[in-house]
Amino acid sequence: MAIVLLIIATASFFLMRFAPGGPFDKERTLPEAIEKNLRAKYHLDRPLAVQYIIYMGGLIRGDLGPSFKYRNRSVNTIIAQSFPISLTLGIYALSLAFIVGVSAGTFAAVNKHSALDYTTMSITLLGISLPNFFLGLILLLLFCFELPLFPAAGWGRPGQMVLPILTLAAPFTAYIARLMRASMLDVLSQPYIRTARAKGLSEFQVVSRHALKNAITPIVSFMGPAAAAVLTGSIVIEKIFAIPGLGTHFVNAALNRDYTLVMGTVLLYSFLLVLFNLAVDIAYSFIDPRVRL
Amino acid sequence: MENKPAMAGWAFVVFIGIIVLLTPVIAPYSYEEQNLEEQYQGPSLKHWMGTDSKGRDLMTRVMYGGRISLAVGLAGAAVSLIIGVTYGSIAGFKGGRTDNIMMRAVDILYGLPFIFFVILVMTVVGRSIYVLFIALGAVQWLTMARIVRGQTIMLKEREFVEAARALGASNARIIVYHLLPNLIGPIIVYATLTIPSVMLEEAFLSFLGLGVQPPASSWGSLAADGMIHITPVKTDWWLVVFPGMTLAATLFALNLLGDGLRDALET
Repeated sequence: MAIVLLIIATASFFLMRFAPGGPFDKERTLPEAIEKNLRAKYHLDRPLAVQYIIYMGGLIRGDLGPSFKYRNRSVNTIIAQSFPISLTLGIYALSLAFIVGVSAGTFAAVNKHSALDYTTMSITLLGISLPNFFLGLILLLLFCFELPLFPAAGWGRPGQMVLPILTLAAPFTAYIARLMRASMLDVLSQPYIRTARAKGLSEFQVVSRHALKNAITPIVSFMGPAAAAVLTGSIVIEKIFAIPGLGTHFVNAALNRDYTLVMGTVLLYSFLLVLFNLAVDIAYSFIDPRVRL
Repeated sequence: MENKPAMAGWAFVVFIGIIVLLTPVIAPYSYEEQNLEEQYQGPSLKHWMGTDSKGRDLMTRVMYGGRISLAVGLAGAAVSLIIGVTYGSIAGFKGGRTDNIMMRAVDILYGLPFIFFVILVMTVVGRSIYVLFIALGAVQWLTMARIVRGQTIMLKEREFVEAARALGASNARIIVYHLLPNLIGPIIVYATLTIPSVMLEEAFLSFLGLGVQPPASSWGSLAADGMIHITPVKTDWWLVVFPGMTLAATLFALNLLGDGLRDALET
């Protein structure tokens, strides 16, 4: 795990340093002395190997270095300010997708071939196909401008959080519901379920106590990729609903060629994902005792 | 061919394909033509999808945007196909430790937020459309590599491979002339499914302003341009709805087609 992060850090470091054009190239050339001082401040006057060691040393201490564009702020401060917002958004969206997706999938599977089942499956197919930004813009048009139920932008009050969370959660809810339905149908056809029914358990008990635990394993393993996709999706959502999260900073940094900020964000996201995948593996072994870590 | 949704998807993809190919001939207006007397007009008989901030016909722009969107989708899928098939067939054919290491690398790459690396590369190398082709294709090859590897492992013990080897064929020759022709089915299916995911990623990047750059435009960047014009004062909804809807419908059709092909192959 540490090795993966080391490789990512090294690769992105050298990618950045070999980029054509320095961070201070502008239309207006700076006086030589100022440029020299700037370069010294960011250690750009040192040999590449020394720069690398300085950066890696900082990383080990959790210091992502200074931002190239926001002269007086470090990457750490920017992340500390904006990341909690993105994290809240992501956690709400994932939880919503998990809860709604699992319940919808289970209901659809239990009432197989009913009107409820067909309705759920059609809605989820739509949910998967709609690009996230399109759904967000449609919701914005409908519920902020045509029917002003929610504020269009900002973050903090509950009303501002509804639409972004719904938009971000929609495709994952749909995907989880479909996955859950297929997996539940599979489990419900197994002999031990027949045994459970034969000994007189109610349908609710059969599903909730016997089937659910086995049917949910594919969903748990999907949570790893889902977390990755939520991170990506939240960038778009933050742009549409003008949320001052890390995604917004990341896009601006990429547009402004603020290398350290881009790299810091990529490293943070990679670290989170590696961590999250580990957590998924651990959760897996709790649900399915046959899986050994 | 009894799969109705897949046939409908196929029909729609062909329809879009024809329109996009014939765009220079059938487009009602020219791509850049500005008409400042007709700014921000809603859909009408004259402009089916309305006009934008410079009075340009939106339908024409959506048609030209489709050329870029589809080109990126096809090129990205082609790049992912080349990398994935090469990588997967080598891993599967070699087997043993080579296979172990190669597939372990794929597992690790799977867990990474790849789109961020695409953004990192675009930041550093510059936002050119060719970089976009390669970067998106380079992201998408993992699934293809896994599938090709799995199939190669199944096939390589069969008699015809042994026969080829007995005749003195080299490893490369066996892979290219004997294994790959037998893998063509799954490869086509997953290439079809890769196109919409590449297109979606292109739209995502263009929407953020990190993908296709003006004066070129794709469905994603058209939607992003339109988003600026949705304000509390006035909502020019058509600028967002039409590019977005065209993209969504095309992705939907491609997914239906890919799923249908997969089902047909598996039965």
